[in-house]
Amino acid sequence: MLPLKIATRFLKSGKGQTALIVFGIAIAVSVQIFVGLLIIGLQLSLVNSTIGNQPQITIRPAGDNNTIKNWEIIVNQVRNVDGLDKISVTAAGNASVPDDNGILPILVQGFDFQSADRIYGISESIYQGKQIQSLKQVLIGRSLEEELEVEIGDKLPILTPDGGVNLFEIAGFYDLGIESINRSWVITNLVAAQRLFGYRDRVTEIIMTVDQDRLFDADRIAARIQQAVNSEDIEVTNWKDQNEELLSGLEGQSISSGVIQGVVLASVVVAISSVLSITVLQKSRQLGILKAMGITDRDASLIFVFQGLLIGLIGATVGIAMGLGLLYAFNTFTSSAEGTALIEIYIDYNFIIRSWVIAISSSTLAGLIPARRSLKLNPVDVIREG
Amino acid sequence: MITLELSGVNKIYSGAYQTQVLFDINLSFEAKTCSAIVGESGSGKSTLMNIMGILDTPTSGEVTIASNLVSRMNRKQMAEIRNRTIGFVFQFHYLLPEFTVLENVLIPHLIHNRSQSGQVLNRARNLLDIVGIAKLEKRLPTQISGGEQQRTAIARALMNNPSIILADEPTGNLDSVTTQNVCRLFGEIKKEFNTTFIVVTHDRTVASHTDRIVEVRDGRIISDKLNTKTVPETE
Repeated sequence: MLPLKIATRFLKSGKGQTALIVFGIAIAVSVQIFVGLLIIGLQLSLVNSTIGNQPQITIRPAGDNNTIKNWEIIVNQVRNVDGLDKISVTAAGNASVPDDNGILPILVQGFDFQSADRIYGISESIYQGKQIQSLKQVLIGRSLEEELEVEIGDKLPILTPDGGVNLFEIAGFYDLGIESINRSWVITNLVAAQRLFGYRDRVTEIIMTVDQDRLFDADRIAARIQQAVNSEDIEVTNWKDQNEELLSGLEGQSISSGVIQGVVLASVVVAISSVLSITVLQKSRQLGILKAMGITDRDASLIFVFQGLLIGLIGATVGIAMGLGLLYAFNTFTSSAEGTALIEIYIDYNFIIRSWVIAISSSTLAGLIPARRSLKLNPVDVIREG
Repeated sequence: MITLELSGVNKIYSGAYQTQVLFDINLSFEAKTCSAIVGESGSGKSTLMNIMGILDTPTSGEVTIASNLVSRMNRKQMAEIRNRTIGFVFQFHYLLPEFTVLENVLIPHLIHNRSQSGQVLNRARNLLDIVGIAKLEKRLPTQISGGEQQRTAIARALMNNPSIILADEPTGNLDSVTTQNVCRLFGEIKKEFNTTFIVVTHDRTVASHTDRIVEVRDGRIISDKLNTKTVPETE
């Protein structure tokens, strides 16, 4: 195809100029990739540290109910909802434990340990002692341990709101990384909690996580769960409803990242258009003679569109490689002495491909401006000027 | 058979001042003849050639090329006529410096065809052989002499086997020996390809190689006669 061949030769004939503009695009795209991936990584690690080891969707009793009956049926109903990952149940209740200065409020969390462990990562967080083996054992968090100054094997009296006192043995200490949980949660077996609070076989919450790449779809998945269960006795909440500040923070980051990327993209388009417009002037002789020889307006315009496309293709590809290199370099140089990265890199292939396609499309579109200029070029003017 | 005809052609350039450069030109060219349009610099002969080659449009009057009325053509049709029916040779060779000699010759073919067959390649090489620069096919235009550049431009003009060749001061930029060689080449081409040749020149020596000499002065034809010094070609 002649326009493509001419475009390639025009670019090759001005090697320095071509290299400069390709380098310009590569820098712009690398900034875009670097900033974009950095912010995506930042957001993911922020979201992970906030809601990663927690249920992202919760079914709670609605209205006057304190507990959910027939929870096994509900679990079966929601198990097949698209996007849902892990499901567990808990029977929780407020209680208190005595300390030197009076009593401390706590939250007894009765877990179906095996399934809850997959959500909270409890067994991994036990830093001393071991998992619960019987209905009379509990795990307590690091803050509560420090407060009560207790040891593994000690008996812990738990006072329930109805005035009852139940003795539990401390099987281990955990650290889930969140101060409020470490201070208030006393983890025990599901059945033990049901008995403690008189829930019979009912639970207080059905807790769920969503697929890792569907975190931001939690509200839509929650709506589907509500629809699947279709009961007024329960309500479905999701992490997005409960973390509005985090969400608006993330949104702010996304907007600022978008603005940076938009400005970079606009500068790419302006740079390519202006350089290619200069090319129209530089190559006006060649264009004039091609027109005299009968090249159509469409093919003459295509020369510049192809130049934009080729420049964009090389620039965007080199730019992505540079951006990734920059990201790994940043990650290496900002790592702590133990080798822990400041920000975990997350390679979002969709984002990379999207940036690549946008850069190439913009570059090709930028070629349209000089292409329009070339239409106005009259071969007679070129021939007359000699 | 008339292959190119101008009737009542006027050309007025409008700007701060209106300048009329051609006045009511009526000219026709028989197929397979060789004519020269002569005149001093500024006489309007180049404007006349640009109008004949549909590079420029007349302010009034009609141009007919191979029985097609130019005023009824759209831009695409004009481009097609320029590519298939007309071959141009200019004072400055206007070769594309980014392409080799052989590729420059092939360009008129590639403008309207996506690829080139072996047959087309052979034709281009044959044309380079005819103009005597077969050995230079891989060189770039900047690596050959002025005369060789003009020979390349002539081979390029012949590539699509056009029925008309328009040459505007084809020797204007060449020394006298090269001019003689190019003129001799035109004669040989005319014999071999049976093309209608129209040469615009201020050089009487070049004009003397043609069958008919049309003289233009101040935008008007002041004489139009057969050149008795050469033996006219017969069909």
